[in-house]
Amino acid sequence: MDFSYSYLVLVLPFVTFLFLGLMGTRLSRKAAGVVGTTMMGITAVIAYTIALDYFFGTTQGQLVDGIRQQLVAWDLTWLEFSEKLVIKLGFLLDPISAMMLIVITTVSFLVHLYSLGYMQDHHHEYEKGLQRYYAFLSLFSLSMLGLVVAPNIFQMYIFWELVGVSSYLLIGFYYTLPAAVSASKKAFIVTRFADLGFLVGILILSFYTQTFDFITLTSDPTAAIATAGGATFMGCSVTAWALTLIFMGGAGKSAMFPLHIWLPDAMEGPTPVSALIHAATMVVAGVYLIARMFPLYCLEEGAMTIITVIGAFTAFYAAAVACVQSDIKRVLAFSTISQIAFMVTSLGVARPELHDGVGYMASMFHLFTHAMFKALLFLCAGAIIHAVHSNEMSAMGGLRKYMPICNIAFLIGCLAIAGIPPFAGFFSKDEILVAAFLNSPIWGVWMMLVAGMTAFYMFRLYYKIFWWNTPNYHHTPHDGPMTMSLPLIILSGISIVAGFVPFGEMVTYDRASHPIHMTMWVAISSVAVAVVAILLATKLYLKENEAPAKMKDAFKGVWTAAYNRFYMDELYQFITHKIIFERVSRPLAWFDRQIVDGSLNMLANITNSASYAVRKLQSGNIQAYVYVYLIGALLLGAITVICLI
Amino acid sequence: MESLGNIIAYFIIALAIIVFSVMTVTTRKILRAATYLLFVLFATAGIYFQMGYEFLGAVQIAVYAGGILVLFVFAIFLTGKPGKDSEPLESQKKIVGLSAAVLTALVCGYALFTQVDMCMSLANQPIDVTINQIGSMLLSTEKFGYLLPFEAISILLLACIIGGVVIARKR
Amino acid sequence: MELTLLMYIVPSLIMFCCGVYGFITRKNMIAILISLELMLNAVDINFVVFNRYLFPGEMEGMFFSLFAIAIAAAETALAIAIIVNVFRMAKNIDIRELIKMKF
Repeated sequence: MDFSYSYLVLVLPFVTFLFLGLMGTRLSRKAAGVVGTTMMGITAVIAYTIALDYFFGTTQGQLVDGIRQQLVAWDLTWLEFSEKLVIKLGFLLDPISAMMLIVITTVSFLVHLYSLGYMQDHHHEYEKGLQRYYAFLSLFSLSMLGLVVAPNIFQMYIFWELVGVSSYLLIGFYYTLPAAVSASKKAFIVTRFADLGFLVGILILSFYTQTFDFITLTSDPTAAIATAGGATFMGCSVTAWALTLIFMGGAGKSAMFPLHIWLPDAMEGPTPVSALIHAATMVVAGVYLIARMFPLYCLEEGAMTIITVIGAFTAFYAAAVACVQSDIKRVLAFSTISQIAFMVTSLGVARPELHDGVGYMASMFHLFTHAMFKALLFLCAGAIIHAVHSNEMSAMGGLRKYMPICNIAFLIGCLAIAGIPPFAGFFSKDEILVAAFLNSPIWGVWMMLVAGMTAFYMFRLYYKIFWWNTPNYHHTPHDGPMTMSLPLIILSGISIVAGFVPFGEMVTYDRASHPIHMTMWVAISSVAVAVVAILLATKLYLKENEAPAKMKDAFKGVWTAAYNRFYMDELYQFITHKIIFERVSRPLAWFDRQIVDGSLNMLANITNSASYAVRKLQSGNIQAYVYVYLIGALLLGAITVICLI
Repeated sequence: MESLGNIIAYFIIALAIIVFSVMTVTTRKILRAATYLLFVLFATAGIYFQMGYEFLGAVQIAVYAGGILVLFVFAIFLTGKPGKDSEPLESQKKIVGLSAAVLTALVCGYALFTQVDMCMSLANQPIDVTINQIGSMLLSTEKFGYLLPFEAISILLLACIIGGVVIARKR
Repeated sequence: MELTLLMYIVPSLIMFCCGVYGFITRKNMIAILISLELMLNAVDINFVVFNRYLFPGEMEGMFFSLFAIAIAAAETALAIAIIVNVFRMAKNIDIRELIKMKF
């Protein structure tokens, strides 16, 4: 059996999207949910078959001389502009796309399932517009799957934009809430702005290397760059520019500083959507993009440095903000930013010569584990919000007595993200730290510090929700229905065991097998840092006490700044409104209206008034015609007579 | 030399034409205008007779005075109150009309007085036009024969009859 | 005293000018038509007079007048039919009030 059946992975979600979208409210809400979930389940099964066949099968030439091959299952010509400019639609199978197939379909299926329970009010009525919700979820799954299997950069760009659209649609699902509407607009505009860079980068790269194809680009990156012929722009080679611009697109989608501002606001969407799109899948698209083009990036040291610096800074910044936020979804959002920054940094510090390119493997490994435990954390947060009807920590506390399943699941998620063995996060994060130390001790220490902060803020969150004091609940909180608990249990299980997946043998930069070797001193010190951070959090937040408030007063300035996300949103507001709108757009608008439109309007007015003036000649008054005719005839007559004389 | 009777007749005719023409276009009662037109047409017929074209004069009286004028009178009675004065002319309109008329008179008069030999006399050019001649010329296909215009006119008249019926009938 | 060509042309010219004046100034469509008849008549006279003085042996001018009279009759009949129809629709034959088809 070859991989040609893989088209089903894209066709099934698309058909589901069309079906649910076109049927609309003719389908009952429950039926729409069940159809969407079932179809996603089937898609997941097919995706698993493909991925497992790819990793463990041998019949299709997946493995040649110990190196996993990049297989193109099918490749259709979609648009043919000229002989060279051909846009194709295909299905590329290699370790990272196979891994992403698993990640996306797993999380997506569980989120579909979870939404069946979550999207009900407390009378167990399904929410209004559930058909639309499931249609958009299918659209998102389609676009994300299309993105990861893209064998050429243009297909990736198309699905990249589709992902952005479906994210926009889902953030704005509660379109009656102004906050959701503005959040969806913000997300769309910011990522669109970043995608501008991506598009320009694609155009530059494909113009100079004469190809869109990933395999052509990455199998011999030196040749691809040589095709550019050493063209330079402002002192840097064009490929460096192209790769940096492409990274800008990735940074926008993956919420890297300073393009991160949309992600915390995107939490206005339904929580399962946050789990699927803004934690597990879409936001790692940027990481995936860099990984996809990793051989090219390896040759541009400047671009790699930019990636590393931005990643490391974002990791620290987001962790610092996450330490003081009071909205649990925002804490998780900043945690997501921070963890994605870990992956980006890991790619940035990865070099093929350093320990068999461990950074690349670590980044993909962390992508995998993070998707699982962050989806778990978000789904837990959703269950908590569902139970207490609030996002604020102050409305929670002592929930361990009421929500035992959620408590355990959340604790597993926290342990995983904090990097405590044997949970999944430990293994992947440890490899990232190893890669960072190999590149430079500075990055190693820096990332370890951020890892400690991660442990601290996650356990602060955990204790504030499940311990601390117990407020008076109007309704007694309780665990959700089975549809909600089952995904939590499954994801908890995955979060525990995912670390033992032999990633080093499956996903590496050269697709050869490089088994993971634990570097003991890094592992021990990172665990020690995490444990210290957890103990600190335990001391501060286990029971209600005055210490946190005192600390807050002691570092008032820093605390306020961090709480306000270091005023990044205000800065953007200032730049867009005061500078761009006031100083640039307004004069331009004036110019457009007064000069450009004005000149055309003047032409129109002249024509108009001239026509009105001329119209008098055609008065319709026969007597005037006769008069004019007569005068003309007399003139002719007079001329004739005068000439005859 | 002309006979005295001819000269007297000419003056009567010329005076009638000038006076009644002016009155036709200046009277404010439409029925009177039609009546004055009738006198003008009669005077014109008089000119034809004086020229020696008796048939033409008869046609003028029969068709114009007898046919067209009656049509006018019918139309006047059908379309308004014939006894009522029309509103007086606006002075601007009057000036426009007068200027057009005077300009026409000036240009044509100038042309006439500079171009036309004034000394031609009627008396020394006798003519002989009989009904026989007219009839054979109307239906002749020889040189100076008018069969084709004659037939064309007959078709035109037919078309006018049909057109008049179609346009004026009640819907 | 001779009756010269000019003595016939001048009354005809005056008749024509009266027609022009009437055509331009009158408001009633029938009056305009009457003015038109005046002009036409003046032209007929010219044809006949020129024929008689310049080419006494020929009859072209007379036949032209003959046909002109016939056509004038047809034209008048049609014009009056139109005027009656217009009056039936607009209750008016004032040429300045009939602006429905203007522009």
